[in-house]
Amino acid sequence: MPDVVMPRLSDTMAEGVLSRWIMNEGDAVKKGDVLAEVETDKATMDLEAFDSGVLERQLVSEGTSVAIGDPVGFIGSGEDSGSGGGSGSGSDEETGSGEDSGSGGQSSSTDAESSADGTEPAPEAEATGAAESQDDQSQAADREETTTESRPQAQPAKSTASGSSSRLLTSPLARRTASEHGLDLSTVKGTGPGGRIVRADVEAAVEAQEQAPERAAATGAAGTESGTGTGSEEVPLSQMRRVTARRLSESAAAPHYFLTNVVYVDRLLAFRSEVNASFAESGTKVSVTDLLVRACAVTLRNHPQVNSSWGEDKILRHQDINVGLAVAVEEGLMVPVVKGADAKGLDTISAETRDMAERARAGRLKPDEFSGGTFTISNLGMFGIDNFTAVINPPESAILAVGAASDEPYVQDGQLQTRKTMKITMTSDHRVLDGAVSAAFLQDLKRTLEEPLRMLL
Amino acid sequence: MPVITYRQALNDTLRAELTRDENVFLIGEEIGQFEGSYKITAGLLDEFGPTRVRDTPIAEEGFVGAAIGAAMMGLRPVAEIMTINFSLIAMDQIVNHAAKIYGMFGGQTPVPMVIRTPGGGGQQLGATHSQNLEVWYAHVPGLKVVAPSTPADAKGLLTAAIRDDDPVIFLENLSLYNTKGEVPDGEQVTEIGKAAIAKEGTDITVIAYSRASVIAVETARKLEEEGISVEVVDLRSLRPLDRQTVCESVRKTSRAVVLEDDWLSYGVGAEISATVMEGAFDYLDAPVRRVAAAEVPLPYAKPMETAALPDAQDLTKVIREQLEATSFFR
Amino acid sequence: MADTTDTTADGGAAAGASWDNEQSEVLLDYYRQMVLIRTFEQTASEMYKRAKIGGYCHLNSGEEATVVGLMAALERRDYLFTNYRDHGYALCRGMEPGAVMAELFGKSTGVARGLGGSMHMFDTEVRMLGGYGVVGGQLPVATGAALALTYRGEAGTEAEALMCQLGDGTTNIGAFHESLNLAAIWDLPIVYVIVNNRLGMGTSVEAASGEPELYKRGASYRMEGDRVDGNDVVAVREAAAAAMHRARTERKPFLLEAMSYRLKGHSVVDPERYRSSESSEEAKESDPLPAMRDWLLAQGVLDEDKADQIESDADQQVDDAVSFADSSPDPDPADLFDYSYATDVANAPHTLPGEPVVEMP
Repeated sequence: MPDVVMPRLSDTMAEGVLSRWIMNEGDAVKKGDVLAEVETDKATMDLEAFDSGVLERQLVSEGTSVAIGDPVGFIGSGEDSGSGGGSGSGSDEETGSGEDSGSGGQSSSTDAESSADGTEPAPEAEATGAAESQDDQSQAADREETTTESRPQAQPAKSTASGSSSRLLTSPLARRTASEHGLDLSTVKGTGPGGRIVRADVEAAVEAQEQAPERAAATGAAGTESGTGTGSEEVPLSQMRRVTARRLSESAAAPHYFLTNVVYVDRLLAFRSEVNASFAESGTKVSVTDLLVRACAVTLRNHPQVNSSWGEDKILRHQDINVGLAVAVEEGLMVPVVKGADAKGLDTISAETRDMAERARAGRLKPDEFSGGTFTISNLGMFGIDNFTAVINPPESAILAVGAASDEPYVQDGQLQTRKTMKITMTSDHRVLDGAVSAAFLQDLKRTLEEPLRMLL
Repeated sequence: MPVITYRQALNDTLRAELTRDENVFLIGEEIGQFEGSYKITAGLLDEFGPTRVRDTPIAEEGFVGAAIGAAMMGLRPVAEIMTINFSLIAMDQIVNHAAKIYGMFGGQTPVPMVIRTPGGGGQQLGATHSQNLEVWYAHVPGLKVVAPSTPADAKGLLTAAIRDDDPVIFLENLSLYNTKGEVPDGEQVTEIGKAAIAKEGTDITVIAYSRASVIAVETARKLEEEGISVEVVDLRSLRPLDRQTVCESVRKTSRAVVLEDDWLSYGVGAEISATVMEGAFDYLDAPVRRVAAAEVPLPYAKPMETAALPDAQDLTKVIREQLEATSFFR
Repeated sequence: MADTTDTTADGGAAAGASWDNEQSEVLLDYYRQMVLIRTFEQTASEMYKRAKIGGYCHLNSGEEATVVGLMAALERRDYLFTNYRDHGYALCRGMEPGAVMAELFGKSTGVARGLGGSMHMFDTEVRMLGGYGVVGGQLPVATGAALALTYRGEAGTEAEALMCQLGDGTTNIGAFHESLNLAAIWDLPIVYVIVNNRLGMGTSVEAASGEPELYKRGASYRMEGDRVDGNDVVAVREAAAAAMHRARTERKPFLLEAMSYRLKGHSVVDPERYRSSESSEEAKESDPLPAMRDWLLAQGVLDEDKADQIESDADQQVDDAVSFADSSPDPDPADLFDYSYATDVANAPHTLPGEPVVEMP
């Protein structure tokens, strides 16, 4: 009798949580049917039936964490299901017949119904969550657009928690502070008189904004478990959060160093505009991140040392150039990977990243889509972050942290001019990469970004 | 440094200036034989004689005008008006003459004179004898108006005022005469037109002058024990007004309260508020608040008088409100 | 001295007797000054109407004998304070007609750099420390200046003394009484001169004053006083000089009243609707200029040619004054704050309308 076991659904997962049963006991299943949903460290995955038959038993209840390979249920033959069920349960002796299995099935189905009742809020909650994450997504997409065109400006004030009043109450200092941080005041809750947004509110919001993505990209492992007093709420760790924490802690423990370079991106942004204008009809819309993926991939071709990973007793130098992209999702961090990025055109890269980012946020990435990366990019430019350092996504040897493009004054022929700059910071695993190697890569990458035609080849 | 009273600091300074420059002379009601209604000129008649310490009849317009004329002739009169309430009788001389003569006649004759006069309520002197009319004079170009809060500034500013070639209204306060403070020995000149940071702080700025500045500093020290850091700007000069120092402080703290003994409407606080609006608008986290006298003729009865005058409690309350309004305690 | 009870002051004819002892050159000089004042004021009136002069403009027309007589009684070392009807005093005291006219025109070459105007003639050089615009305002100030004279110098024939001119209406204001009292108790070398032109703006002296014999008002302060015919230049001079001498040598203040007439309105723009034709007629008949001219002609001090010459000289002087004023530069608004304070001070407010009072970084 084939057991249904916890599958390995991620390259990094050691155990998974059976978050929801799709099939009920007694349901007929075909090979490939989805029996349940499993939450791995990266995503919510489908647990597919490897066999056909009847799902005779669910061995674990929803929410149980199960190690890879351990059984979560079993599938029997149609015939055997009754007796199997009977012998298995031993509680249906009175009936004991095949029909009884129907009865047993019925009772199961009653269970299932109650279980369905019990879980009813869950799908709803999920639906809401999905809607939210979709909102987030479109907003993030908006942000990405504005980031690359111009520095984030305060978006037009939307109606806020303050209700029908469209006027945003803020102190002058709060406005000034928000503007300095590129913070949209309509997203800030005011605690002053009549809900006036005061400096303290803005500072709190800025701090939260700076910490949130930073945590996702880098310092999640730190845990920030500061508050233990009243007013603190215990949030159980999701599987993904747990794994993220563990792996980033391990990564941070490795000897690493940072290199920062300033890239002049006027031409890059112009290039992007030109590309988008030229291919507007086909719906191609290339983001700065897409350009970064392409530029890194092209540059990595000439720097195979960087396209390597630490293998404890060896260094693995990869043939394929697979560029990962850090995407913040509700539960933690996802890194969808553009495989063979150096061989893909911008349109393909753009379509893939968009699709994978969306599915990552929805928790619908396939394991092979977020594994096998050889280099990762983390772009927080859309949050107005000037520059930052990221924690390497092991076992890769380097990660590139990308800040926002911003105007910088400079003097040319005695005239004060401005140009767009973007700071990129590379974190390198010193066990794999020495400083000069990383520096050479970064120098080439800067050149590629500044002379975007180079990424065409 | 010796610790002396505000009164003694004034007396010492007058003596020092009378000794230093024979063009300096004192003029006013009851300043000689009677030694001054508030004894600021005690002993000076005996020491310098009736020409240098000139008693006058009760004629504020006459003797203030006479001081102006004497100043035009190169003398340096220091007139005492018994209280600022009586200065109203000399208003034409102060506003139409002292303030005008230098500029109106094309800079030909300066008017180097000082009018010393105390203001302030709280002594149950009733409505006509308890006023703070300094803004009447602070409004007028051509005058300089100073209002020291400490014995040291009383000395420094009176010295500066006597040596200044322009008419200076030197505002004293009845409730400050007995206050004590360290006063440096020897010559001390406090620059007119410059405010002082009476106490440094980071959370909120209180702007005050004269008696109010003393209250503000005391309040700041109390609040400091609670971890609230109050900066006190002692204006010292009401004209010219050191707007820069006020705005710099408010830009630092982002919150401002004015404590003033005068009436609220059109008072010093109104001017400060407008100044802060212009010079620190983008740094304000809450509107400027004013703690000023209730707008009534000051009653005689003690509880009524107390209720009408601003005090440390009122200031503390407003400071807390300002901090709460800006989520300081969160 | 003239009859102290005479309120009508019957003019040159009566005064003529005292003029017999005067040197003709002195009288001619007085006449020249009177003609200059008359011409200057006529021109000022014209220039006002041509809008070259702004604000208020009060004329000494009709008061020339008083003005010249009073000024003749002063030594160069003496000080003078006047009210706002001050052009004639400025001219007689020695200010250049061009600079006085330029002040009226508001030019930078005016006696007060164009900053004072008609009411505020001022020149430390000639020790005229101001015409003053507010009725009574000059009295306490002049009294204090007299106090300063006692602070520094001793009494004596060479001592400095001070004259403070005022109008008849001023005797009703508090500052008049406070000042006279101070001068009395402090024994100040000051002569207060009331120029009684019989009208305070439109109000007669009788209607305004409980004691219309104004020189008697000093009695409250035991201050001696006298009244003189203001149309008799020599009588005015004599009375004023005697009072100044007492002030100089005895440090005794004095209250002199000169009975005069205002030939024109209170100011250039006053149509005098309130004034009876008798009053105007009386003023015209009492005009000291034709009276003196006639007397000088009768005495042979003056002939018609010379009289014409004096008048055309005055015309020329005033024409020159107008040209000077006209061609003088306006004050520069950039210098607006030059005389804010005599002693520079931190944070002096030098903000023009609409300019920011303080910069925000």
